[in-house]
Amino acid sequence: MFSLLPSNTQWVLFSTMMLGIAAGMVGCLAYWKKQSLMSDALSHAALPGVVLAFLLLGEKNLLVLICGAAVSALIGAMCIQWIQSVSRIKEDTSMGMILSVFFGLGIMLLTIANRSGGNQSGLDGFIFGQAASMIRKDVYIMSVLALLVIFIGIIAFKEWKIYLFDPSFAKGIGLSVKTMNAVYTFVLVLTIVIGIQAVGVILMAALLIIPAISARYWAHSFRTMLLLSALFGGVSGAGGTLVSTYGAGWPTGPFIVITSSAIFLVSMIFGAEKGMLLQFLQHRKHKRDLLVNWNIRTAEKEGER
Amino acid sequence: MTVLSVQKLTVSYRKNTVLHDVSFDIPQGSLTGIVGPNGAGKSTLLKSILDLHPPVSGSVTFFGSTFQKQKKRIGYVPQRGSVDWDFPTNALDVVTMGLYGQIGWLKWPTRRHRAKAMEALEKMGMSEYADRQISQLSGGQQQRVFLARALVQEADLYFMDEPLAGVDAATERAIMAILKELKEKGKTVMVVHHDLQTVKDYFDHVLLLNHTVIKHGTTEEVFTAKNLTETYGGTLKVMKEGVDHVQLITQ
Repeated sequence: MFSLLPSNTQWVLFSTMMLGIAAGMVGCLAYWKKQSLMSDALSHAALPGVVLAFLLLGEKNLLVLICGAAVSALIGAMCIQWIQSVSRIKEDTSMGMILSVFFGLGIMLLTIANRSGGNQSGLDGFIFGQAASMIRKDVYIMSVLALLVIFIGIIAFKEWKIYLFDPSFAKGIGLSVKTMNAVYTFVLVLTIVIGIQAVGVILMAALLIIPAISARYWAHSFRTMLLLSALFGGVSGAGGTLVSTYGAGWPTGPFIVITSSAIFLVSMIFGAEKGMLLQFLQHRKHKRDLLVNWNIRTAEKEGER
Repeated sequence: MTVLSVQKLTVSYRKNTVLHDVSFDIPQGSLTGIVGPNGAGKSTLLKSILDLHPPVSGSVTFFGSTFQKQKKRIGYVPQRGSVDWDFPTNALDVVTMGLYGQIGWLKWPTRRHRAKAMEALEKMGMSEYADRQISQLSGGQQQRVFLARALVQEADLYFMDEPLAGVDAATERAIMAILKELKEKGKTVMVVHHDLQTVKDYFDHVLLLNHTVIKHGTTEEVFTAKNLTETYGGTLKVMKEGVDHVQLITQ
């Protein structure tokens, strides 16, 4: 089936799959860093950077737009930290503020970019994602960067585990938590910015959050969770892209999110680790066993009389 | 021989000074209980000694050198509540984490490392729980896993933050046996402790702390009714028996 598709679509599918795998892995890290919502704030914060980079350059060069997005997302991250350090405002509030302020700014700039005419076609695609608009060069950039993220995720697997489980112990045995924080922010921002063209700034966070939480329902080790999260992310990325190619101008992001939500629903119900069905069955069995025991005991007592 | 020397340590969280002018020397082979009321800065003391919460001023020397140079010889058992026990991993894996420093960064643990971790679990009477998810362990079992993780580090100086808080009697005995064994091997252990009744049986040295060092020395000298009243203020009822040594204390 794969080979029946036009070659450009094959490439786009490959790159969104790589993106999904990278996002699944990084999402798993973000999940245990308890920063799932942070990824949402950062992807929204990337929008003004994209539009500004476009306005300054006057053309749609993905690498430049990605750089703009990264700078903007990092500024957003710093603002979130800064608000917390100088005021009594809590993390969720400061994230909510930065998310909406940056996104609003991005939309405002986008209106300006659209009004000033120019070659603005396709910039709207960065909101909901438009994988079909990707050219071969975009595909290469995205795939290479996604592979870099995957590589960092695998090579430092042991370090990620201890950094996420017990950072103060990690520091005690000589792991630089500062370096880990920096690398973590780097891969998170990188994953977000390479995903904004295909998935869009609004829904990018879903590709980071949903695969990880779906994997949680099956995994009993960090390794399985990371791998499953990557798998679910890859399937969602490729699946969503595939569906979106059937209609002209269909956005990719929403289909990717729907695919990953479907995986989530199946996981939540049938999951082997914490799935609802399994818990229900276990609970029922336990109840029945207790009841049988109780009946036997009552019968014995009756017999004694 | 002094293995740890703390000089004029001052630590604050934002504007609040938690520890002020803390100075003491810990001799090798001692088992010291850090005792003081809630909020006295006991955990903070351990954290700033271990550079987890950098002090405002003062100096800490380990084996006559800096923390960075000696950190391989230092083991730390954090409070059980400091991590998320829902993390998907098993007991053996957590103990193996204690070996990560020896394994080397970006390298994977081998069978030899796992065997070593298994040995430590056995020592804590936890070998049958090696494959158990950590979320399914009881509080006492979780604490034993933490202890085992510290043991595999084979450190010379250990810091433990309330290892006996909320554990069952069997775990308390197991942990105390290990601490005594460490001491006999010439290792030095500092333990944040909250149960005044057991201080005399468990520790040979006591550090009475309430934002600063009230008294520090051998249990015999330091753990007296007078010093305890000074540490805890008027909130402590002390029942004396015999000379000056505390027999039964209720807070």
